[in-house]
Amino acid sequence: MTATIARSSTPQPVEPGAPPPVEEHTSISRWIPATVILAAWIVVWYFTNGTQTLSLPGTSRTDLHDRLTEFQNDLLAGRDTNPLMQFTNAIADALRSLFEWIQKLVVVPSFPRPVPEIGWLGVTTLATYVALVVASWRIALLVLASFLSFGVLGFWEDSLDLLVITGISVVLAVVIGIPLAVLIGTSRRASSIVTPFLDFMQTMPTFVYLLPIVLFFGIGPSAAVVSTLIYALPPIIRIAGFGIREVSSTTVEATDSAGQTYWQRLVKVQLPMARKTIIVGLNQTTLAALSMATLAAFVNGPGLGKPVLAGLRINDVGTAFVPGALIVVMAVMLDRTTTAASERAEKVARGGGGDPRVRRGLIIGGGVATLVAVYLSRTYVSLAEFPEYSIGDRVASGVSDGIDWFTDTFGGATEWIKDVITNEFLNRTQALLADSPWWLAFAAIAALAFVFGGVRALVSTIVCLAGIWYFDLWHDAMITLNMTLVATVLVMVLALVFGVWMARDRRVDLGIRPLLDAGQTIPPFVYLIPVLALFGPSRFTAIVAGIVYAAPAAIKLVADGVKGVSPTTIEAGRSTGQTTWQEITKVQLPMAKGSLVLATNQGLLYVLAMTVIGGLVGAGALGYDVVYGFARSEAWGKGLAAGITIVLLGVMLDRITRAAADVRRDDGPGSRRAFNLRLPIGPPSN
Amino acid sequence: MRNTRSRAVRLGVLVTAAVMVLSACGGGSIEEQTEANEEAAGEAGGECGDLNMAVNPWVGYEASAYVVGTVAQDQLGCTVNYKELKEDVSWQGFGTGEVDVVIEDWGHPDLEKKFFAEEGDGTAEDFGPQGNVGIIGWFVPPWLAEEHPDILEWENLNKYASEFATSESGGKGQFLGADPSYVQFDEAIVSNLDLDFKVVFSGSEAASIEAFRKAEENKEWVIGYWYEPQYFNAEVPMQRVALPPYEEGCQDDPQEVACDYPETELKKIVGTEWAASDSTAVDLVRNFTWTNEDQNVVAGYIAEDGMSPEDAAAKWIEENQDTVDTWLG
Repeated sequence: MTATIARSSTPQPVEPGAPPPVEEHTSISRWIPATVILAAWIVVWYFTNGTQTLSLPGTSRTDLHDRLTEFQNDLLAGRDTNPLMQFTNAIADALRSLFEWIQKLVVVPSFPRPVPEIGWLGVTTLATYVALVVASWRIALLVLASFLSFGVLGFWEDSLDLLVITGISVVLAVVIGIPLAVLIGTSRRASSIVTPFLDFMQTMPTFVYLLPIVLFFGIGPSAAVVSTLIYALPPIIRIAGFGIREVSSTTVEATDSAGQTYWQRLVKVQLPMARKTIIVGLNQTTLAALSMATLAAFVNGPGLGKPVLAGLRINDVGTAFVPGALIVVMAVMLDRTTTAASERAEKVARGGGGDPRVRRGLIIGGGVATLVAVYLSRTYVSLAEFPEYSIGDRVASGVSDGIDWFTDTFGGATEWIKDVITNEFLNRTQALLADSPWWLAFAAIAALAFVFGGVRALVSTIVCLAGIWYFDLWHDAMITLNMTLVATVLVMVLALVFGVWMARDRRVDLGIRPLLDAGQTIPPFVYLIPVLALFGPSRFTAIVAGIVYAAPAAIKLVADGVKGVSPTTIEAGRSTGQTTWQEITKVQLPMAKGSLVLATNQGLLYVLAMTVIGGLVGAGALGYDVVYGFARSEAWGKGLAAGITIVLLGVMLDRITRAAADVRRDDGPGSRRAFNLRLPIGPPSN
Repeated sequence: MRNTRSRAVRLGVLVTAAVMVLSACGGGSIEEQTEANEEAAGEAGGECGDLNMAVNPWVGYEASAYVVGTVAQDQLGCTVNYKELKEDVSWQGFGTGEVDVVIEDWGHPDLEKKFFAEEGDGTAEDFGPQGNVGIIGWFVPPWLAEEHPDILEWENLNKYASEFATSESGGKGQFLGADPSYVQFDEAIVSNLDLDFKVVFSGSEAASIEAFRKAEENKEWVIGYWYEPQYFNAEVPMQRVALPPYEEGCQDDPQEVACDYPETELKKIVGTEWAASDSTAVDLVRNFTWTNEDQNVVAGYIAEDGMSPEDAAAKWIEENQDTVDTWLG
């Protein structure tokens, strides 16, 4: 049960049968050349620092940036004649009409009726009934409770709007994604062509493409659906494609020998056998779609993101907290329902799934009850409009007061922590990375990439660094890289402490996991306000926000990795009388090394994904550039350049850590690669 | 089999009964209201129609937008759609009819060039001042102005630079830059006036407010980009530091700026097509003006008292119906 939402943006546990970790000696030797490179870097830096850093003031632009802006201006100028835009506008109109039609059905008054066609009672009963049919009693109760909480906390309409947007996006993702998944699942070449696009879609900060989306699709629901789709489409393509590829080749061969056609093989063998994986992909896509809620609100996208942003606008954490928590509720509800549905589908496929007569009774009885409820909600106002409660307001002011008390009480201590970490750690590494002449940092990073990842990592790194240099934001990129690295170190410290603790004590695991799930699902905009109150606008604030988002994934990975260490190995160690400390450092962590590298990889990418959020709280650098580009049309090109630079940094860090993790298994299939290494790079709300 | 079916039936009956009981106490039949609505729709000519009001993301703007929107809705019968958008996005919406009104514009020469008739595609037009005067400048918290009054002259800033240093400012004093939406030349001003400061961008209005609030509470040294009208000034009356005075043309070259910000007459921007329509809200928007104090009152209702923008606007309208009447002409 606890593992389900974990899957939302985190990877599956490393399966016990996975190949053994890389041998110890190969990696220890890497640290010697790395130290030499670092020492050489510092020496050259000592003589050259502060020169040729390519730094660009926060509000300045280069010709390249202006040319990129010009590109958008041209599109804008030609919007009445551009045939592509007329096509996308037609799509946008269709999406808007679809949204408004559903909205009138269940959310807003359908004129001349004073209320929607189906009121809250009908909607709630319908949803519960669907959960009952596709999943189970327990899930039905969960859905019922979730829907009631939407209304009782005062966000009935926003919640349903978000559900409708998510629903439309997910249906479209399935329609577009499944054929692509089949394509990459059956053709290796297609896979290598599509994958970079998927990487790009997930790492590109949403702010950068929101403006072009507005240009092509207008504002409101259609922009919300399209931006959600861009972010949420990759998981289903990747995971479903992986599932199709993984269908056992013996099965395919056996059925091939019976003379089946391509279509027969696909429809009768591959798709059914990959069903479970496909539903996992659907689940991931749903959660990714939900995580776009706040971002879509920037272009008037309907849903719970709007009240979250309103809370940020008036600096009130309580106001943002309640809708933020409802997004978590919705995520849990959708996650548990799709997971349970996939388990049920599996059981039914194997001929299980309970007594069919009992089930038929349930379906008929529930159906009748639902019809009655729908009818009643069409007839009585009180059953159509959710009654107003003040619970939401009380929760909001309670949360605000609690946070105020917390920041007042601990404000001094947090200031001290911020100063120590910034002065003793962050500023020093930043001086080395960002105040080095650009060629020095370039050479040093490339050399380190070679040491840790070999030739392939070196090539990717050089390509990425060259791209970063080209886009004229080198200095900002180095500052962002530094923040990312420092935050990841802190994430890994947390991951080691909590991961090992969780792995060694089941009760701790049970207690912490829900918190980790919430940390990953709650929109960052909710916790930005208290973090700001504690640390003020600074790079450290951005780092803390990054840690809140990235640490859960890393902690879970480490916990799962350490748990996967074979008990016999541990027993063997214990019989020689080693202490707990020795057991952790000499046996569990070395044996779980694969998971640790994986956790670092994910930590880096998750932290990087929070760069733009960091730009909103005083971190400057690339995050600020993106926000600046989104806010001011004359700087859009700079925002785009910053967005591409973030993607390049992400690709570089991903390739180096993946290569460092295991060069030999780089091309091998396996769920680790499909689920963990490449998956959600993006944040819920960036 | 019989058993299960009876269970289902029992369930159905139970639900029905429960629902009947619930509905009994919450009166009102939808059918009656639907008929009433149909009749009303038949009578009303629908003079105003839709009013698409952009809501840019700061509380002062929200106050203006909801006051005009509420008047349009309650007193002219418009259907008002509030669209929460940044400035740039709002302007793009004029051409597609998704946005009719931007009620508080702080001056966007770049957008005017793209969307006004003379140089751009002519989808937007200036609808005159809305009465508020935007004051942008460098501000310090009141405690600082009181203890070191000479800080309010820019010439003395270097004397105190080290006091403003933070872990972000690399040894220099920290100047807190603003949300990227706003026009700002602070980096140029700092370097052209030879000030020993580094601009650190807060990134959002929320971040700046948190910083100023904390600074006043704990007597910390902060100087930053700030502005009026702004409800926060009622809570913490930020004090303006005098820079070399603004003169016509001194901000033409962004790199060479060494003067203070000018006062900005905030204005209304509307969609050309909407402005030419016969909607009764056109005159309302054309006539709308109010003062910085008015706006701060409504913004304060929203941000300080936690009222919804609708309630805040309704409260102000009720108290100031005579002003509203002048807008309605």
